[in-house]
Amino acid sequence: MLKIEHLSVNYGGIEAVRDISFEVPDGSIVTLIGANGAGKSTTLRTIAGLLKPKSGTITYNGEDLLGKSTNEIVGRGITLVPEGRRVFPDMTVLENLKIGAYLRKDNLDADIRWVYDLFPRLEERSWQAAGTLSGGEQQMLAVGRALMSKPKVIMMDEPSLGLAPIVVQGIFEIIKEINRQGVTVLLIEQNANMALHTADFAYVLETGRITMSGPGRELLKDENVKKAYLGK
Amino acid sequence: MDNLTYYIQQLLAGISVGGQYALIAIGYTMVYGILRLINFAHGDIFMMAGFFMVYASASLPLYMSIPLVLLLTVILGVSVEKIAYKPLRQAPRMSIMISAIGVSYLLQNFATYYTGGLPRPYPVIPFISETIVIGSVTTSWITLLTPVLTLALVIGLVFLIKHTKIGMAMRAVSHDFETAQLMGIKTNNVISMTFVIGSFLAAVGSILFFTKYPTVTPIIGAMPGLKAFVAAVFGGIGSVPGAVVGAFVIGICENIIKSLGYTTFSDAFTFVLLILVLLVRPSGLFGEKSTDKV
Repeated sequence: MLKIEHLSVNYGGIEAVRDISFEVPDGSIVTLIGANGAGKSTTLRTIAGLLKPKSGTITYNGEDLLGKSTNEIVGRGITLVPEGRRVFPDMTVLENLKIGAYLRKDNLDADIRWVYDLFPRLEERSWQAAGTLSGGEQQMLAVGRALMSKPKVIMMDEPSLGLAPIVVQGIFEIIKEINRQGVTVLLIEQNANMALHTADFAYVLETGRITMSGPGRELLKDENVKKAYLGK
Repeated sequence: MDNLTYYIQQLLAGISVGGQYALIAIGYTMVYGILRLINFAHGDIFMMAGFFMVYASASLPLYMSIPLVLLLTVILGVSVEKIAYKPLRQAPRMSIMISAIGVSYLLQNFATYYTGGLPRPYPVIPFISETIVIGSVTTSWITLLTPVLTLALVIGLVFLIKHTKIGMAMRAVSHDFETAQLMGIKTNNVISMTFVIGSFLAAVGSILFFTKYPTVTPIIGAMPGLKAFVAAVFGGIGSVPGAVVGAFVIGICENIIKSLGYTTFSDAFTFVLLILVLLVRPSGLFGEKSTDKV
């Protein structure tokens, strides 16, 4: 279980995350929803070791993750699919997948096969430079690249950003499929509707604070959530 | 006929000088590619490599002093990064650049202090400094050896960057520092590796350079350093093949200008070229065009 307690993070001169606590049980899909600037990305980037928190603790299965470098955190099976996909555009699709497995020393063939089965489009384009892919394909590649590290927990920062609705559907199907195969998912989204339908448990983040939490399906029915995030 | 011989000799000399610039320029361009830093101390690392050889060869035979010089230069380059650049990783880019200028002056002044500012004679390396006559062209082995050795090292380097794991990591870090970290790449190791390669090549360049200009002074690194920097900018800073092509172009042009009797202007040419490149095509010959992220 990934456990965040009393986490506060300063970012860009403001306290972007204020004293939040939440947990991600093994095998679940947990989502943080909230508006732009609510502190969602800051939270994920802190867990990944890219930002240093002001206070609080982050533990994974009882082990303290604070103060560990990003490569140590990746080595413990926690990976982040960054916002905006950030594939390496000059490298081929296959190279992008291989670099996702950078810390591994074992044979990659089976996992490349696994990713290609999840995303057949990537196999078709395996020799193409990643920069030539469409937005949706780049998102698939970013997810596939993260899967190549054989993560136990995959964190995704706005996977639906800038994608056509039909493509977003596909991405969320894949998220569920990855979860069925045993990977824990921590998802942050502005697309609250999709996220809440997918998640086992959800937290609502407002200006750095958690204001609400509950099973995804329950929050969908909540009047405040409907008004603020579902446009109903 | 005499004229032709003369021009061939000058051309060969130009190619040779170009090779030396190329070996230094790779250090500039690779460090820029990874850290977006113009490593102003790089020319002085080259100078220090010269002094290492002066002192090492005083008490050791050449077959031991050459590897020792390569090793010491690499240690110096990596230490400079660890001490003067690494603590500034999160600082604005201007700070780290000023730190580089500081290191440059520090090394120059240290060398002046230690040597008393006197030019030191560089040891003669047998064989490669001997002259060779091909047809009517007289040249030295070093002139022929330099471009061959340079190209061999460049091919090796390109292979390393394209086809090895550390090379893949270098490309990733140079493209997107943060995402490279998310892949589990130890960025500090990749940066160190960059300085190892840059310093090693600068040391090889210094051995070739001082075989032809056999005195070492504390400020000798400035001019070759600047010219290699211009070569890196001309080729498109961040690009290894660009730096190599740029260095050969500058080396050859300088010697053509000299052979036409305008020696006074050969340095000026290089810097006029820098200004023109910055005005007309700031990204250089092979430079990556900066694209805005969506």
